Amino acid sequence: MKEKIQFVLNGKPVEVETEKEQFLLWVLRTHFNLTGTKYGCGLGYCGSCTVLMDDDPVRSCNIMMEDVAGTRIVTIEGMEEGGELHPLQQAFVEHDALQCGFCTPGMIMNAAGFLKKNTEPTRADIIDAMEDNLCRCGAHNRIIDAIESASKNMKGGPKS
Amino acid sequence: MKAKQIDQYYFHDVNSPVFSMDRRNFLKNLGGGIIIVFSLSELGFTGRYNPQEQLPEFNAFLRVKEDGRVDCYTGKIEMGQGINTSLAQTLAEELEVDIHDVDMIMGETDLVPYDAGTWGSMTTRFQDPLIRAAAAEAREVLRELAAEKLSLPLDRMVASNGRIMDRSDNTRSVSYAELTKGQKIVRAVTTKPEVKKARDLKVIGKSFNRLDSVKKVTGKALYAADIRLPGLMYARIVRPPAHGSKLVSSDTSGAEAVTGTRLLRDGDFIVVLHADPEMAEKAVMAIRSEWEVPESKANQDTIFEYIKRNATDIRVRYSGGDLEAGRKASDIVFEHEYHDGYKAHASIETHTATAIYKDGEITMWASSQTPFGTRQEVADRLGIAREKVHIKQIYLGGGFGGKIYNQQAVEAARIARMAEGTPVQLAWTRREEFMYDMFRPAAVMKINSGVTKDGIIRFWDFDIYCAGDRGTELFYGVADHRTRLLDARGLHPFGTGAWRAPGNNTTTFARESQIDIMAHSIGMDPLEFRIKNMNNERALNSLKVAAEKFGWSKTKPPKGTGRGIAVGFDAGTYVTIILEAKVDLQTGRVKVTRAVVGQDMGQVINPQGTRIQAEGCVNMGLGYALTEDIEFDWKTVNSYNFGDYKIPLFSDIPDSIETVWVDAMDQPPQGGGEPAIICMGAAVTNAIFEACGARVFRIPATPERILEAMK
Ligand code: FES
Ligand code: FES
Repeated sequence: MKEKIQFVLNGKPVEVETEKEQFLLWVLRTHFNLTGTKYGCGLGYCGSCTVLMDDDPVRSCNIMMEDVAGTRIVTIEGMEEGGELHPLQQAFVEHDALQCGFCTPGMIMNAAGFLKKNTEPTRADIIDAMEDNLCRCGAHNRIIDAIESASKNMKGGPKS
Repeated sequence: MKAKQIDQYYFHDVNSPVFSMDRRNFLKNLGGGIIIVFSLSELGFTGRYNPQEQLPEFNAFLRVKEDGRVDCYTGKIEMGQGINTSLAQTLAEELEVDIHDVDMIMGETDLVPYDAGTWGSMTTRFQDPLIRAAAAEAREVLRELAAEKLSLPLDRMVASNGRIMDRSDNTRSVSYAELTKGQKIVRAVTTKPEVKKARDLKVIGKSFNRLDSVKKVTGKALYAADIRLPGLMYARIVRPPAHGSKLVSSDTSGAEAVTGTRLLRDGDFIVVLHADPEMAEKAVMAIRSEWEVPESKANQDTIFEYIKRNATDIRVRYSGGDLEAGRKASDIVFEHEYHDGYKAHASIETHTATAIYKDGEITMWASSQTPFGTRQEVADRLGIAREKVHIKQIYLGGGFGGKIYNQQAVEAARIARMAEGTPVQLAWTRREEFMYDMFRPAAVMKINSGVTKDGIIRFWDFDIYCAGDRGTELFYGVADHRTRLLDARGLHPFGTGAWRAPGNNTTTFARESQIDIMAHSIGMDPLEFRIKNMNNERALNSLKVAAEKFGWSKTKPPKGTGRGIAVGFDAGTYVTIILEAKVDLQTGRVKVTRAVVGQDMGQVINPQGTRIQAEGCVNMGLGYALTEDIEFDWKTVNSYNFGDYKIPLFSDIPDSIETVWVDAMDQPPQGGGEPAIICMGAAVTNAIFEACGARVFRIPATPERILEAMK
């Protein structure tokens, strides 16, 4: 049975008609054409589908639409503000914290959620928070550097 | 047509009859500006990787557009290795433009020169010279135009920063945009043009951040699954439980009950299409099929004996001296066997292709390391001319050799034709990826070797089963030696293929383990032992720069901590890794804390890119060294997802990775994307040995294997 589900997507209220059991990942990718959120495994292992749901990083491949109703979802496409890169995006660029870039949106979204809770993370905190986001290209060291420097830049006026 | 002939026409009219219709249209489609073309065959670039029959009469390599920006055409693709940046650098160097004014047109078969594929660390070695040549030629054309425009002699014209100026008065200058406006000049390169000398390089050798990162951090970079076409339908294929299975029966009524499903069938090839990917999944799951699965012959533990029994093709690859004499002259003789299981490429992006077939032509966006290979395979499968197959530019979410094989593209093409007129997308699930990946083959290596008490290797007898010969030419001076390759067709239970530095990870693991064993057995420092026996200057250089950076000393660290060295050769580069690891003596868990990569790799185009590739090699290589192994029961692959195939996580990554190289800016550039990974197996197991005395002969060196070896 299809149902109308309302939520806030990248700051805008939206409504979509789907089955309750459909997964957020596919709704984002096909219904909204927000293809920045990636499929990597479909079972919650890789984190490439990570988005923010009420400020928490979640794996959209296993979030059902019935749980999305009434929440605020932010995807990688919603991170820029006024045409400017989010400090995390900026830091990833500056630190060259990516290679193929396929894991990157998920990495950034996971870090964004994490930095909302921990504004002064140690490197160990960052490693812990990012542990289950997979990167096959091996960009890890630079991802840690990027998140660390973004956390510093975000202090005293964090965006998003 | 000969390039010499083309060159007689330094002309403004692309409709000139000297070109065939095909190439004339091609040039028309490229638009205005200055276009530099080559005939690869004419310049002697044909060969194994550029077969004559694939090459059109000429190809465009770059275009200085009417706004002064430059399109660079290459058949290479970007999969993370950063060549869109390093190739742009090369072009910017010779053409004297800002690197940010270069647009890379990659892997789009209708536009770019033929290319055999992006693999084997060949881009920098073989593509770079072509692009430099084209850029140098374009610079000459611009100088000629400027001389005409400014009414000044040609020898006073110099290129700098997107302009041509008068050598003696730089206020007199003209921009590339002004020179190319309204022009359409096609120039053929007939002789290899003069390129800059090492000492004049300004852009090559400087660090640049990736040019594609803004697109990638904003989610705007498009991968094959991100293509959206009106009416797009998502395809799922009915898959057997194991390779080589026979379809006995199938009942598709369940799928047909899912509203909106379109069912396609060509014999055993059963496909569902749906406008919603989850519904396609639901429909394909609803199909009940019975399969006959082949009988089991081996699994991940018994495969090594199976390989030894069945690898009946034997070939001597290298040999010299007299093994028996060497054996007799040795004080200690060693006989060891090394095992390496199947490994997956495990790119985070699965194999994907989006395609539309219409009026006998097909257009595709495929995650492929070989766009021209895809074009050929699709043309062959569909029985159409390859000019009717159009492969478009796309980013790849990792490749590592796994996307050389285009099964998904051929499948998507078949589906697209069956669904004629409807665009389709086939994105393999992770399960499909773990089934149809062309795995790095399991392998066995036997090494018999001998050493004198004062540390001279006297003989080396190396049998390599299923790992090939890449990088196996010995750089230790051993007079009495033999290296044999043993293999057989159809030996493996499923498809195997090239995995980042094919075979070399496996053989380097064996060789560098054996070297370590010999050094320790006579109580000699493993660094000193290597230096003493090496007979290759460049290998030695890579070892020395790494050892110096690492701060190697003969003093052993406390128990539980170990250092490991491994040296190797791949893609023209000599490489050493020295790392430090901690082993938990109770659990057998290993954590690599620090790694140093030392390379002798010729000219380094982008130091930052080189470091990033080396870091990637270390981090990816940790996986095959410590955790990754495909589990299987003959043709049934039992590794399904990242839950049972463990690739490295953030906590596994060394706290520091340092990359150093030998200064060789005047030498041709060599590979950088693959070499370092080959050292990871032995560097890790050698460090484990120093830490706890456990010698592991089978990778991955899992905690169980380490605890077992400690006993
Ligand atoms: S696709 Fe969601 S965690 Fe991998
Ligand atoms: S950058 Fe390729 S998977 Fe992380």
